[in-house]
Amino acid sequence: MHMIPAAFTYHRPTSVQEAVSLLARLGEEGRALAGGHSLIPMMKLRLAAPQHLVDLAGLSELRGIRDDGGDIVVGAMTTQHELAASDLLGAKIPLLREASLLIADPQVRYVGTLGGNVANGDPGNDMPAIMICLDASYEVMSETGRRRIAARAFYQGAYLTALGTGEILTGIRIPVPPAGHGQAYEKLKRKIGDYATAAAAVILSFSGGTVKSCSIGLTNVADKPLWAEGAADILIGSALDPATVKRAVAAAEAITSPASDARGPAHYRTKMAGVMLARALARAKERARN
Amino acid sequence: MSKSQVSMTVNGRAVEALVEPRTLLIHFLREQLNLTGSHVGCDTSHCGACTVDLDGKSVKSCTMFAVQVNGADIRTIEGMANADGTLHALQEGFREMHGLQCGFCTPGMIMRAYRLLQENKSPNEDEIRFGIAGNLCRCTGYQNIVKAIQYAAAKINGVPFQEAAE
Repeated sequence: MHMIPAAFTYHRPTSVQEAVSLLARLGEEGRALAGGHSLIPMMKLRLAAPQHLVDLAGLSELRGIRDDGGDIVVGAMTTQHELAASDLLGAKIPLLREASLLIADPQVRYVGTLGGNVANGDPGNDMPAIMICLDASYEVMSETGRRRIAARAFYQGAYLTALGTGEILTGIRIPVPPAGHGQAYEKLKRKIGDYATAAAAVILSFSGGTVKSCSIGLTNVADKPLWAEGAADILIGSALDPATVKRAVAAAEAITSPASDARGPAHYRTKMAGVMLARALARAKERARN
Repeated sequence: MSKSQVSMTVNGRAVEALVEPRTLLIHFLREQLNLTGSHVGCDTSHCGACTVDLDGKSVKSCTMFAVQVNGADIRTIEGMANADGTLHALQEGFREMHGLQCGFCTPGMIMRAYRLLQENKSPNEDEIRFGIAGNLCRCTGYQNIVKAIQYAAAKINGVPFQEAAE
């Protein structure tokens, strides 16, 4: 059996300006190609059949990780492998490094990009909930200009995002969490390479033994990544005592609406989101400076 | 649909060809270059049988288009044996340690292990298992694949191979 995508015309622009001009001209017939590890499988299954592919691989300005005055800016074409290998991220945002190593497998991480992972809108992808947890914003560009979209406002549903036709994601801007923060990404999966049955991202910081700040993102338990703001609010000001954690877990479970699928029935996946959150909170607490 | 000209280096040899943009790298290697060592296993980016080495990365050649890798330096299982025909340490390891049964996953396993050993000269068992997590084997249970990679690492490092106690 061969799975052959529908025919398309291939474009390989050498500047971002050229890329957005092409996409503006092609409109709905064009698709940007990053690492291709979400798009190409969909093309092989003929779930996607773009008539034109605009390959972003030649755009060196979309690569790299830099410190930009309190924010870390990651170029959209930076691979998961490069995220995991970055000492700058390891020091400033260890959550990102930890999470990249939980994505797919080595071969996919060498090619799959952060930009593709967050822009595709697949609720199974891990990075969107992590970006929501970290309050990242997405830098996007079209032929007519640039804008920033908060990760928390980007996701509208499965494969539906705020990215407009003719726009490409150029970079991901992430505020560096406070010094001494603790972080964890807990992902339940059936095997390496699988999407999460449920996963939770946590960053928190303490002051005088109580939680000073807390943010929580949930993966693959709704048709889009979730920001569990209510659950985090319950924890702020507490010492993460078991009763408060239990209330926060219940609040997080209450906002989930997972599908029943091969990963389990909906009520199981909701409960697993709670279990992942409780584990992530415990691990983030261990890692935080109290 | 018009074809695109691509040029790349495959196993040290310069290659030029015309490809349809939708031609996947694995089909280009197997059907246009007749390099049939890399296999199509699952066709869905899971099994790793199609793994080749591309510009210092292990990649699944069923999940990229040949046009994307224009200009790349590629190594496949056919490029692994030494110039004098003797086996690469990894090939020898898979033979000596019985790292294969049906052999279908072996080219992908060896190409992935090749890059793993470039990045980590003496991986422990956990690192090997994590490093080959993108390659599925349905025969061996992986035990002897891990040993084969350890055998090769020892040989490359010039130290005696010691099997870990079971």
